[in-house]
Amino acid sequence: MNATGTAIKYGDNIDTDVIIPARYLTTTDPKELASHCMEDIDKDFAARVKPGDIMVGGSNFGCGSSREHAPIAIKESGISCVIAATFARIFYRNAINIGLPIVECAEASAKIQAGDRVSVDFDTGVITNHTRNETYQGEPFPPFIQGIIATGGLMNAIKTGTL
Amino acid sequence: MGMTMTQKILAAHAGLPSVTAGQLIRAKVDLVLGNDITAPVAIKEFEKAGIERVFDREKIALVMDHFTPNKDIKAAEQCKVVREFAKKHAIKHFFDVGKVGVEHALLPELGLVKPGDLVIGADSHTCTYGALAAFSTGVGSTDMAAGMATGACWLKVPTAIRFVLTGKLKPWVSGKDVILHIIGKIGVDGALYQSMEFTGEGLKSLTMEDRLCMANMAIEAGAKNGVFEYDEQTAQYAADHGCKDWTVYKADADAEYTATYEIDLSAIPPTVSLPHLPDNAKPVSEVGEITIDQAVIGSCTNGRIEDLRAAAKLFEGRQVHEGVRCIVIPATQNIMLQAMEEGLVKIFIDAGCAVSTPTCGPCLGGHMGILAKGERAVATTNRNFVGRMGHTGSEVYLASPAVAAASAIAGKLVSPETVLGGNA
Repeated sequence: MNATGTAIKYGDNIDTDVIIPARYLTTTDPKELASHCMEDIDKDFAARVKPGDIMVGGSNFGCGSSREHAPIAIKESGISCVIAATFARIFYRNAINIGLPIVECAEASAKIQAGDRVSVDFDTGVITNHTRNETYQGEPFPPFIQGIIATGGLMNAIKTGTL
Repeated sequence: MGMTMTQKILAAHAGLPSVTAGQLIRAKVDLVLGNDITAPVAIKEFEKAGIERVFDREKIALVMDHFTPNKDIKAAEQCKVVREFAKKHAIKHFFDVGKVGVEHALLPELGLVKPGDLVIGADSHTCTYGALAAFSTGVGSTDMAAGMATGACWLKVPTAIRFVLTGKLKPWVSGKDVILHIIGKIGVDGALYQSMEFTGEGLKSLTMEDRLCMANMAIEAGAKNGVFEYDEQTAQYAADHGCKDWTVYKADADAEYTATYEIDLSAIPPTVSLPHLPDNAKPVSEVGEITIDQAVIGSCTNGRIEDLRAAAKLFEGRQVHEGVRCIVIPATQNIMLQAMEEGLVKIFIDAGCAVSTPTCGPCLGGHMGILAKGERAVATTNRNFVGRMGHTGSEVYLASPAVAAASAIAGKLVSPETVLGGNA
């Protein structure tokens, strides 16, 4: 599986309160959540983001609350993959469980700049920066987690008895 | 190789003689928790997958505490979804307005978590129960749905950081000051993916309320869980709250830690975390002149009876500073009753505080105390992220109940001693 898109870049410690502020947690509708995604630090995000765009964060991406509304909002907004130096662990789980592709790679997080054209190969973890002609080695998921993703998320894995 | 406290609990729940860091396991859970924000998403997933039965109607807790009493129509609709699910599946531990308390204060109070348990909750502060020598961790709604369906959870066995506590807390210093100090030291991702294990002779001077507060904020250092070594106080607390047949797990002498910190409790001053991250911690004496518009005393971190007693000691015979709104939220109905019986509620109201029914409300900018642009709050809550309590141009300063009360009286961030005139 692959993703290719334009990078939208943020810094360290992007918390779930800025990904989707608590005032919008009175809904479970992905479209409504996506319309407010990132608005507290990047007002134009929802208007600017294009299907396939790749979100790049620094360390501890997705820290804070356990709200699954955060990866749901990012996924629904059209982001095809989130790359970060490190992810906060609940966000990491949630992304896997709902099928939002994520890759940990400190080098990519540091070197990719906003607007760069980037591809990600999820099987190998290789990230290609077409704008800068660079490649970075990200951490591919272990087979157990690849299995969850391949079955279409945690609930499907349970339903089909693969977990 | 030996195992940490956390690894022992995980191995037992995975039915394995031992586990090692990095191992992926499937563990049985003793309790699955969700609230009025996270449970509706979990219920949607549960039903979408066509699952007909919950694994055990007595091992699921649904706590309507975040946007309750319903703050608006949408919040009311979300609670309705959960209420109907609870009824359909005869969920034993469903808590609605009138019985509800802030989840992480409520469950230990009711004895629903016992030492050695494995608890997952769709709320990041589920790590609170580590105070009871249990493994508990925050997960997402889909994990909650899977937990309700199967009674199990996939987990990666974490490494651990050990905190050896020595000495004794100074007067007016509490578990909150200790955990803010520790997060300031190791950073908001200092324990990322790891366990924080608290041990040492200093444990003796930490009450169960101190420990619940500290374990609660382990997530603010990125930790998977925070766990306290079992001792006489743990045993007493469990017995007092009706727990039966629990198991004690202690770390092996040769357990491995990625780091060990020695923390001298007697050296920790009243501490605050400045905007906009919990690791931006400083002694309150060093913050300078910071005026405040609001003080919030409550939450899963600091809404327990001991917290209210500390605040009341400062408010007794004193007034909330002009121009400051002070909101006190006892975390459960029992705590509210106890505060009334002890005369604390009268002290708060006489001092000019608003006292509210249990709710998470203001902590996450839900309701009951939202901040306007440019406003500052001192809060006994757990996060001070941008916009956490309201407008993105507002600020939250995290502190203990004693510091929050003292600051409400002074109209600016001060230590309790400043208000008490040195007569601690």
